[in-house]
Amino acid sequence: MHPLHLSHLCVATSLGNGLDPLLAALQSGRGGLRPCSFESAVLPTYTGAIDDLDNMRLDGEFATFDCRNNALAELALRQDGFEAAVEQARQLYGGDRVGVFLGTSTSGLLEAEHAYQSRDPVTGALPVGFRYKTTHNTYSLAAFLRRRLRLSGPSLVVSCACASTAKAFGNAARMMAAGLCDAAIVGGADTLCLTTLCGFAALNLTAPGPCRPCDASRDGISIGEAAGFVLLEKATPTPGDVMLLGIGESNDAYHMSSPHPEGAGARLAMELALTSAGLTPGDIDYVNLHATATLVGDAAEDRAVFDVFGAATPCSATKGLTGHVLGAAGILEAIISALAIRHQFVPGTANTTRIDPSFRCRHLLDSAPSMVRRVMSNSFGFGGSNCSLVLGTGANAWLGAAG
Amino acid sequence: MMRVFVNGIGLLGPGLPGWAASLPVLRGEAPFQPADVLLPAVAQLPAAERRRTGAAVKLAIAAGLEALAQAGRDAADMATVFTSSGSDGETIDAILTVLATERREVSPTRFHNSVHNAPSGYWALACAATAPSTSLCGFDGSFAIGLLDAAVQATVENRAVTLIAYDLPYPEPLHSARPIGATFAAALVLTPDRTARSLAELGIGLEHGVASGTAMPDRLLEALRLGTPAARSLPLLGAIARRAGAVGIEGIDGAIVAVDVTPP
Repeated sequence: MHPLHLSHLCVATSLGNGLDPLLAALQSGRGGLRPCSFESAVLPTYTGAIDDLDNMRLDGEFATFDCRNNALAELALRQDGFEAAVEQARQLYGGDRVGVFLGTSTSGLLEAEHAYQSRDPVTGALPVGFRYKTTHNTYSLAAFLRRRLRLSGPSLVVSCACASTAKAFGNAARMMAAGLCDAAIVGGADTLCLTTLCGFAALNLTAPGPCRPCDASRDGISIGEAAGFVLLEKATPTPGDVMLLGIGESNDAYHMSSPHPEGAGARLAMELALTSAGLTPGDIDYVNLHATATLVGDAAEDRAVFDVFGAATPCSATKGLTGHVLGAAGILEAIISALAIRHQFVPGTANTTRIDPSFRCRHLLDSAPSMVRRVMSNSFGFGGSNCSLVLGTGANAWLGAAG
Repeated sequence: MMRVFVNGIGLLGPGLPGWAASLPVLRGEAPFQPADVLLPAVAQLPAAERRRTGAAVKLAIAAGLEALAQAGRDAADMATVFTSSGSDGETIDAILTVLATERREVSPTRFHNSVHNAPSGYWALACAATAPSTSLCGFDGSFAIGLLDAAVQATVENRAVTLIAYDLPYPEPLHSARPIGATFAAALVLTPDRTARSLAELGIGLEHGVASGTAMPDRLLEALRLGTPAARSLPLLGAIARRAGAVGIEGIDGAIVAVDVTPP
């Protein structure tokens, strides 16, 4: 694919608002997981919750979109000068030439959970205040962003579970290549709700303590919430710019909620991403793993990454800092990959003390300064959905294309 | 404007039991008579998986397989774009109902079936399909954005792409909050080049600020189109059935996906 410039980034996580707290946590290895206290959920697990959201409301002309998920999107938009950058792009390209390609797993499903808790005792009807279209529906996130940012280019929401926001990069890149827009907002949000907390608990996939990806005694995931967005542009890269260089998508065709044990689908996604970028495994300086700290998922990914990269390429999982932010994992980890390139370091694997001795990749426990020109970021989801992104610096983008 | 070819069509809706059987109605040569939609079990799935599939999965897979059979294509290496406003509403309702009780015992199977991409996941299992597959939502514009995304992928990646649009009514109480009129799915196998099986050539573009999409002349078909996001495909299917025509498909907020249908 033709490299695309990630010209502006914004993020909001349980570590704090904006890129700075995320960068500090990545470099220090100190995360933000705490015992679950979400609403009335009594679950023996930890979460990466954003306390600010409990009291944040969308009002005025955006009141119809008010729900935890869209409020988190708003929180992210306000960070890192993103709003101003989008406004500049809108004026430069025209609102109808800026696309909006987002991902979410559960959107505003929490609103429907609340509505079902307040059904009319006689008729069973949902409360009249329940706004399905602008909260619960999966598209409401993009409807909100389009109106909020005054954009009218092509828009869609990808909902492929935990691969959603990684895959949205592919939709954006293809729409730009087809000439349907000149720039794109890519990203998304996923927020805590009872469906995912109780659902993952029912699958015995939630850890009792903070998650420990790739640890020998890992015992499940910690669920988090996050939103992040990037502005993608076609601009000619200059050294230091972070570019999207390639994307690979595949399906496991193995099981709805368990990964292929040999990581066949993950391997295919990584190979397709390298092909799309015109790169070979040796060109990648760091792999940001999907690794969520499940027994089978981490093992399958270690095998797939080893099969593609061998034992030398540094890799790590960052979910110990933020929790697994489900549909937002792809955008969060693309942003983490961009930070690793901008600040020339590799993140460690927070909370993990002893890498599973059966693993063969070069897993890093601690963050360290390092030359990072190109990163592979993996995101895998239920339904066997796999997506790998390759990000890299502008100067190397051209070397890669030439080589 | 992008140009793609339609090589196979799947259709399943009230009184529309398959593409060939529906041609007279779509051409306006026979009256539209709504009837119950029969959803076949997914024979390709192992028994254990087949038991876990609900109406949304059966609906989407039936339409997709019909389209692929017409196109004479193997599903294993076929890229797919699934698009739906709400995917499996029955599963969502079951989870929301149990979460409103004291015990909150969500069924693990219900939970993994609740993801918007569940039909894509079961499709992959049924067809051993490891090719890229995405699952989109565009509320009432779900068909329009799905068609646009599939055509873009076919053009940019120079590969065959199958679009599967499906929607079905939520049970109450969600039905009152989001009324979807009918169980309906349409699938199109799109290729960047003409093939021996091509049924039509589509010129596809995106237009802004247009008031509304093309309506169906028949009153009942028009009600079906307006009431069910996937049925926004009906004017396009009608034009393909007549082998020519220009239609506008409603997208989001005044955007129209304009399609010029010509013989292949």
